[in-house]
Formats: sequence, C-alpha cells, structure tokens
Amino acid sequence: MSTTLPLAVAILAELFPNGIGHYAIGGLLVGLGTAVIYLGTGIPAGASTFLESTLSYGSSLSRFQQYHPSRDWRVVFTLGIVAGAAVYALTFQSGLVSSSLHQPATTGQLVDIGGFTVWLTDVQPWRLFLGGILIGIGTRLGKGCTSGHGVCGVGSASSASFVGVATFLLVAIGVAQLVQAVGVSP
Amino acid sequence: MSADHEQHPLFMPLVFVGGLIFGFGLAFSHMAQPEIVLTFLQFADFGLLFVMFGAAVVTGITFFGVKLVRSDAPLTGTPYSRRLKTLDRNVVVGGGIFGVGWGLSGICPGAAYASLGIGNVIILYGIAGMFVGAYLQGYWRSALLESDSAATAAD
Repeated sequence: MSTTLPLAVAILAELFPNGIGHYAIGGLLVGLGTAVIYLGTGIPAGASTFLESTLSYGSSLSRFQQYHPSRDWRVVFTLGIVAGAAVYALTFQSGLVSSSLHQPATTGQLVDIGGFTVWLTDVQPWRLFLGGILIGIGTRLGKGCTSGHGVCGVGSASSASFVGVATFLLVAIGVAQLVQAVGVSP
Repeated sequence: MSADHEQHPLFMPLVFVGGLIFGFGLAFSHMAQPEIVLTFLQFADFGLLFVMFGAAVVTGITFFGVKLVRSDAPLTGTPYSRRLKTLDRNVVVGGGIFGVGWGLSGICPGAAYASLGIGNVIILYGIAGMFVGAYLQGYWRSALLESDSAATAAD
C-alpha cells in the first residue's frame, strides 16, 4: 500500500497532466445536452448532419434534400453549441467566474477584447482546412462523427458505432503521431 | 422526424438549450481547442477519453432508462429508439477518412462549432473545409446514384 499508492498517483499524473475534473464535467455536460434533446424530442442529435442539411438551403442535390425536414432544428442546435461555448468564454474564460474544477487554457493565445477574452488556436490554417475537407467527406460517408457515433451511437450500444469509433480513433492516432514525427507543429 | 414534428412551441427552444449545454461542455472540457485533442491523439494527455465516454455513459443511461418510464417523446410523439446505423463498408471507409482529418487537424464538427463560440475565428478555415468536404461527397454520391439508376434502367 505504501509503495503502490504513490506509484498510482505518479501514473495518473503522467496520463492526465492537466487533471481529469474539467474533462469529466465537460463530458457529463455534453451527454446532458444530448439527453435533454433526446428526452424531449426522441432525436439522438449528432453534429455532422448539420453540414449536409445546411447545404440543402442552397443545393438541390438529392443527398442534401433528404435532410430538408430536419435542417431548421439542426441550425438551431449548432447555434446553441456556438452560444454555449460563448457563455463559457464570457464567464470562465474571461475570468468573470472561477472554480477549482475549471482548468485555464494552456494552449493557443488568450486575447482580451474589452473585457471579453477570446481564445485563438496556434494550429496552422492549412491543417484546419485540409482536415476539415476530410472530416466533411468522412463523417458523412461514415454515418457519423465523434458525437453521432462516439456519444449517441456508443450510448446506444450500436455495433456500427463501435466499429466507426474504433476506426476513426485508431486512424487519427496514427495520423497525429505521424504529423508530429515529421515535425509539423503546431 | 418530419417537419410537422417541429410544431410544438417548445421544440426549438429545447433544441437550443440542449445545444447550449452541449457547447458549454465542449468548451469547459477544452475540446474546443484543437491542440488539446492533438495532445490526446499523441498520447500526452488522455483526458479526452473522459469527455467522449463520460458523455456516452450519460446518453446510454438516458437512452435505455427512459424506455422504462415512457415510450414516446412528449414534444414530438416520436417513439424512443436507439441510434442504430447499418454496419457496412461506408462506416469503415468514412471513419478512416474522418480519422485522417481528425488526426491532421485536431477538430471534429461539434468541437469546431464550439471553438467558434470561444472566439477562435481561425476555426472558420476548418468549418469551411467541412462544408467543402460534405459538398464533395454529396456531389459524388448523388452523381453515382444517378449513373447507377441510369445503368439499371438501361439494363
């Protein structure tokens, strides 16, 4: 006991250098947001269908028009996500509210704009854009993203989602490590 | 999920509130920062597991638990059912393509919307890319569908 406890603490500190509190709380809230919509409407909402359903406003392609019935609420859902993150930025990120469970940003740039602190990424735009294109293709072809497959699908014990999550997780780990190995940073 | 299900006056407000909690959670857990997602994928901080699986546990309890109480949703009348998709080649191929994009950029759709909310306007490169990608696959698959049905008609 006297030797295993410090070892366990050391391993935890190694695996989770920023602690686990804000991750666990954030995850519970992501699940709660999904649960609120599901309980009221019966819809297991994912975030990536918004990309295609929103394209149906400007394109008559059949792939997009199939999402015509859900496109309005998907816009509202996405605006809610943006607004919820903005509430975080106005409170915790701007220092208006503080908590021992909150972890301040350790990456990117925090910029104060008249009392409102915005956060800016250091990841290069070409990585975001090229990655974005692949994400747009892959999530729609693969029937879901980290929220559709990862949260709703895994929560549904769906075998397609288990396969989907395992696939994109393993591939992403390989690619991120490769990108790091060839020296692309940030 | 037809549009008339959205008639209930509380439908849109509830979807918005759900999105609000969802987006706040993504920002609070730092998933709105691509760097943090990359540190997970590069094995420097495994916190992301708590976010994704923590959320999945909550939805799992909700999805399975609610059916013990009632059979359909109050605002839409939609029967409660789990999110089940057909497992086919597309799940693996699409998941693989998504994985390359996720590993390259550290972003995914929900986290990218949240990233915009914390003021990260640079993420618009990523969101623009997602729309381009979603359009490309929609264009290809719509064209494929038409040539398929044309070929079937010709046979």
